[in-house]
Amino acid sequence: MLWMLLFAPLVGAVLCGALHFTALARRRAGADDHGLRALAGWTGTAAIAVSLALSLSAWWTLKSGAATALESSAWPWISAGRFTIEVALVADRLSSVMLLVITGVGLLIHVYSTGYMHADPGKAKFFAYLNLFVFAMLMLVLSSNLLGLFVGWEGVGLCSYLLIGFWYEKGWPAEAAQKAFVVNRIGDACFLLGSFVLLGLFRTLDLSDIAGGDFHHLGDRAGWIAAAALLLFLGACGKSAQVPLFVWLPDAMAGPTPVSALIHAATMVTAGVYLVLRLNPLYAAVPWVLYVIGCVGALTALIGASTALVQRDIKKVLAYSTVSQLGYMFLGLSAGAWSAALFHLVTHAFFKGLLFLGSGSVIHGMHEEQDMHKMGGLRRAMPRTFVTFFCGAAALSGLPLLSGFFSKDEILARNFALGVAHWPLWLVGVATAALTAFYTWRMVALTFFGEPRYDTHHVHPHESPSSMTVPLVVLAVLALVGGLLNLPHVLPGAGVLEHWLEPVTRAGDALLWRGHGAEGGHAPHLAAGTEWLLLAAGAAIALVFAHRGFHAYRRGVERDALVRARRPELARFLEGAWQFDRAYQERIVQPLRLGSFLLASLVDQLTIDGLVNGVGALASGLGTRLRRLADGQVKNYALWMGAGAAGLALTWILS
Amino acid sequence: MNVPTEHLLVLAALLFALGVLGFLARRNVIIVLASIELMLNAANLSFLAASRHWARASLAEQGHWDQGPIFAIFVILVAAAEAAVGLALVIALYRLKQTVALDTASELKG
Repeated sequence: MLWMLLFAPLVGAVLCGALHFTALARRRAGADDHGLRALAGWTGTAAIAVSLALSLSAWWTLKSGAATALESSAWPWISAGRFTIEVALVADRLSSVMLLVITGVGLLIHVYSTGYMHADPGKAKFFAYLNLFVFAMLMLVLSSNLLGLFVGWEGVGLCSYLLIGFWYEKGWPAEAAQKAFVVNRIGDACFLLGSFVLLGLFRTLDLSDIAGGDFHHLGDRAGWIAAAALLLFLGACGKSAQVPLFVWLPDAMAGPTPVSALIHAATMVTAGVYLVLRLNPLYAAVPWVLYVIGCVGALTALIGASTALVQRDIKKVLAYSTVSQLGYMFLGLSAGAWSAALFHLVTHAFFKGLLFLGSGSVIHGMHEEQDMHKMGGLRRAMPRTFVTFFCGAAALSGLPLLSGFFSKDEILARNFALGVAHWPLWLVGVATAALTAFYTWRMVALTFFGEPRYDTHHVHPHESPSSMTVPLVVLAVLALVGGLLNLPHVLPGAGVLEHWLEPVTRAGDALLWRGHGAEGGHAPHLAAGTEWLLLAAGAAIALVFAHRGFHAYRRGVERDALVRARRPELARFLEGAWQFDRAYQERIVQPLRLGSFLLASLVDQLTIDGLVNGVGALASGLGTRLRRLADGQVKNYALWMGAGAAGLALTWILS
Repeated sequence: MNVPTEHLLVLAALLFALGVLGFLARRNVIIVLASIELMLNAANLSFLAASRHWARASLAEQGHWDQGPIFAIFVILVAAAEAAVGLALVIALYRLKQTVALDTASELKG
């Protein structure tokens, strides 16, 4: 069953690819290929529907308690001595949640894409790539060992590259795709190194064996375990767009918007969170690495949110927001709040997927306009997009009782509960929540409220077809009620996801909270009063800053110009995402280019080519001089021969 | 009559030098071939002189053949073959160039 779940999208990808080539041939023959492209759309969607159905059945099997994990192994892939790596799939409780997110949100985005890519000549190719991506992502979460996970990890990276550069004819998407690929390569190299360290430590790459390893008595392995944890986290930094490797994600918006929703918001970028969750005992064994993760997450959250404040491109706002929300997930992981991180991952997939799809609908209706300064007043023209986008924004900004409110609050509360050392992280998280509410409602106000700032004579915004709005409505409902998955402890029906995930996180919790509680193994919990207080404070912050952001921009864009005039350096600093790109350009890319240029000109062209050319010149120079000996006169040949013989005789006599 | 071996060797050297001189200095192929004959016969003379020099120990009595004259006979044989081939080449050269001057045959000039 797991194999069918995994391979359905691959079959879909192959079929869509075949349809793409058929469509190409038909178009070249001058015929209409519209039917074929529509067929590809529905083929791809059907493949994901099959996966979703199987994921639901896997989840049901786990829920009914028939098994703790579904396993299906196939054949040994690598076998050397006692070391074997199997091609095997495992779906445990963590995987099943990921499976539902990937195939569920994935299905909605596929349906949406059939409308969004309606007129694109490469529609069949798009669906082939999208299905291939889902296949790789499923491989990533289903694989029973790190190597298989890495295959999926690289597979999603490849598909991300293909889809970011989908409109490569335009030029800059191809560059963005390359940037994403190269930055991810840095993380992937660290991932591999980390896997090697783990292989050296445990003599196996099997994830359940590693997670079930002995982390209680580290002894002299402590350093190596910390190294493995840090290296794998660096890999996660690349995939999940954390500082210092987050710079590729904003550029990745060059791809079609459904890609941004599926890959760069809902699924692929959460692979790093999944990796840390999967290996939670490894991280729990070295708490200081967890603290590092928390610092990175908090910094990333702050950088992303503050940069989103000043962006004009609606997709850039969402991209930086995604960076920021991923930071929250790592902040949750660092507090040992495994289920809270997964909770935020799920709710973020709902509301950020919704927001991206909504922005795609806006861009579609505005004839490919992405600049919010040229929008305004769209709520009248696109009512369904507006309402759903409104729900998504409310969830993202953490307005009370919506999904984002509960998931964000859980992460912050767990950080707060850990005591003074974690309070700076908590404070950054709270500040980021305020910024998040502000930029979210700035975006809503600029896009949907105020007077139209576009050329009303030429641009006539229109509502998107129902193939696009139906997924929006479904996601909006999920974004509104997603909080029910894991309510805080003070409410009835609390902690569903936490209990669900308990078998996976038990080992990590036991390690992390050794000294806490009566019998040990329980995270420090806040008193009910404190928790209510934090909930109320979170709600108040979200409401106040949402209100301020909305009102500052409700009338128009003047406020942006005002900020720029009053604080030009700050505005520039934020627009450039804290100047990371510029610093990388100046400190790394340019020196590398210079070094490569020097290597090419001095070492390669001058030294190596000089040596090779020198040998050639020497031979031909000697040749021109020596050819005078061969003048065709037999007598001279004889003379030289005689001279040689005489010379030999002379040396023989003299020696 | 007791000619010392040294005299014979000096005569052989003189003959050889004469051959070399003729070989290098003359243009006519036939003279050049004749000079080669001269050098070969200088070698023959030194073979025979050496043979006579060592024959004093009467090697034959100990059952050894005197090998010097045999070498000389071989050389004469080879020289005859060489003269046959050489003269054939001279005719071929003459057909090609209408002359027997050696320096006209310089097609292998590098």
